[in-house]
Amino acid sequence: MKRAIALVVIVVVVIAGVFAWKSTHQGYLPVDPKNASAPPNPTTQVIQRGEYLARAGDCVACHTEPTGKLFAGGRAMATPFGAIYVPNITPDDETGIGLWTADDFYRMMHTGLSRDGTLLYPAMPFAQYTKVTRADCDAIFAYLQSLAPVKQKNKPHELRFPFNKRELLLGWRTLYFKEGEYQNDPAQSAQWNRGAYLVEGLGHCTMCHTAINALGGSKESKEFEGGMIPNQNWYAPSLTSNREGGLGDWSLKDIGDLLQVGISMRATVYGPMAEVTYNSLQYMTDEDTAAMAVYLKSLPKKDAEPPPTDAAKLVQPAVMERGRQVYEKQCVMCHHSEGRGYPPEFPPLAGNPSITMATPVNPIRIVLNGGYPPGTRKNPRPHGMPPFAHILNDDEVAAVVTYIRVAWKNAGTPVQAAQVSDLRKLLPE
Amino acid sequence: MRVRHLACALLLIAAPAFAADEDAVPRITDVTTIEARVQGCVTCHGQQGQGTDNGYFPRIAGKPAGYLYNQLVAFRDGTRRYAPMNYLVAYLPDSYLKEMAQFYARQRPPFAPKEAPKGDAALIERGKAIVTAGDGAKQLPACVACHGAGLTGMEPGVPGLVGLRPTYVAAQLTRWRTGERRAADPDCMKRIAMRLTERDVAAVAAYMALQDPPKDASPEAANFVRMPMACGSQR
Repeated sequence: MKRAIALVVIVVVVIAGVFAWKSTHQGYLPVDPKNASAPPNPTTQVIQRGEYLARAGDCVACHTEPTGKLFAGGRAMATPFGAIYVPNITPDDETGIGLWTADDFYRMMHTGLSRDGTLLYPAMPFAQYTKVTRADCDAIFAYLQSLAPVKQKNKPHELRFPFNKRELLLGWRTLYFKEGEYQNDPAQSAQWNRGAYLVEGLGHCTMCHTAINALGGSKESKEFEGGMIPNQNWYAPSLTSNREGGLGDWSLKDIGDLLQVGISMRATVYGPMAEVTYNSLQYMTDEDTAAMAVYLKSLPKKDAEPPPTDAAKLVQPAVMERGRQVYEKQCVMCHHSEGRGYPPEFPPLAGNPSITMATPVNPIRIVLNGGYPPGTRKNPRPHGMPPFAHILNDDEVAAVVTYIRVAWKNAGTPVQAAQVSDLRKLLPE
Repeated sequence: MRVRHLACALLLIAAPAFAADEDAVPRITDVTTIEARVQGCVTCHGQQGQGTDNGYFPRIAGKPAGYLYNQLVAFRDGTRRYAPMNYLVAYLPDSYLKEMAQFYARQRPPFAPKEAPKGDAALIERGKAIVTAGDGAKQLPACVACHGAGLTGMEPGVPGLVGLRPTYVAAQLTRWRTGERRAADPDCMKRIAMRLTERDVAAVAAYMALQDPPKDASPEAANFVRMPMACGSQR
């Protein structure tokens, strides 16, 4: 009898529990592919693959406003030619891409022509996305179509004359656009080709890591040689020069960690690259991250400029001493007296290409504004550097940046207080 | 577990408890701790969040964690604008911002010495009236009605005001008045600030600067008192 009562009690408790659970868990539960009893159906597989690829392409960075709805567009992108308003790519029939077909989407990605035939401005990286395969474009399209439609009208661009004339884009396309999907290099491994496909295509790394000229184009011959990012006033280092971000003597693990984790034993991401790691690269699989590292490490070594001469590296002893004093007081506890840092949490400065690259914009801005690496899946609680703009004057910043650029066999050149003063006027971003 | 004792640690342990300048220099003893992770905050807010010499950077120590977390999220998402903060926290996840907020909420560093009083007796009298009693004619509740009898704030979302410098208090009240600063709806602070005149702002800032901090600077418990206005950040 006691047993029967106990059984009844258990049954009642379980039923009550199920009801309580149901009432707090309305609607569909997210599907965890690891726990699902049956493999997801083909549609689900394609959509999940599309989500992954959309992250590889970092679509969200431009197509979502900071507090806006996912992919609803509306974000103003400052360009040297005026503001471009990024369009809504949710599947809303009226204001988004709800009525597009997979063919329309592939043509847009592959040729830079919108559904109605309008020429897209190259703020959309179609010169890179043209390399994406049809199957991958279809997956991204399936993913976008699976999202909640958002009704939000696109805003017209605010481009200055003559850049508001889209016909001009025909000229730009002739000069800088080469249509065509990525072609495997049979002389290279499958891993290298996968890395090249991601870096040159969806990753659209050359958008920043190649100098952009007055027409907003970048030359293939200068690919990955670095350049100032227009309107952001950060310098995207060369990925080919060993003096800048050149990766020739990096281990594959350090390259992969920098991309995916945001920190490594060699350097830390900051500025616009922090955004790329946060929104895109942290979600890449270890295999894809390794493939990108293999490809990036293999980029041919070429320096856009010869190394600085001994005369250019000369620093007045008084400036060096002042820089050393600032360093000992403000920097040494995290970056070590010999500039070795305490990596990966606190990056080294000795031998760190970010410090010594030809233009000193980045180290000056970091000293002024500090910075936090992105919080990522593998490093959710990053260590940060505080701003010093309110503590150090222009001469002190110039002295300490000069010091870290030439101390410990670093091969950088001195910086001037006027350069600090110019960068101080910019808002941190 | 990795524990790294760094060379400089011993030198700095001897530093006095409140030394604004030295306290604004990064300091780490163990790289794995939350203290090491928030060194990005110290040149403006001090090692324990007590603030620094600069009157525009607030004391954040001991404010309710919910309030601090709301501010960090607002800075990250751009709904509260201050470029140096927006930049620093732009790519930090919610869980980490919450941990930072909880860390500073736990701190109870000593208060900075009070600044010399500014403003005439009439101004300070007006400030006292608003802070302690409100102004019935303007439907203005007393500051202490929500921010606590000792102005130490209320869990989870009402900030402590004690220890803030008058420049900061006046600057923030002005931002509320112009609509630049806002909080979750219903935005009680916006309604209140809209009823303040410029002189009221100066009066409140001047009076608060004269108050001695209480022995226990902890915020009051949530809903300890019935608030005179509905506030979204208390929900």
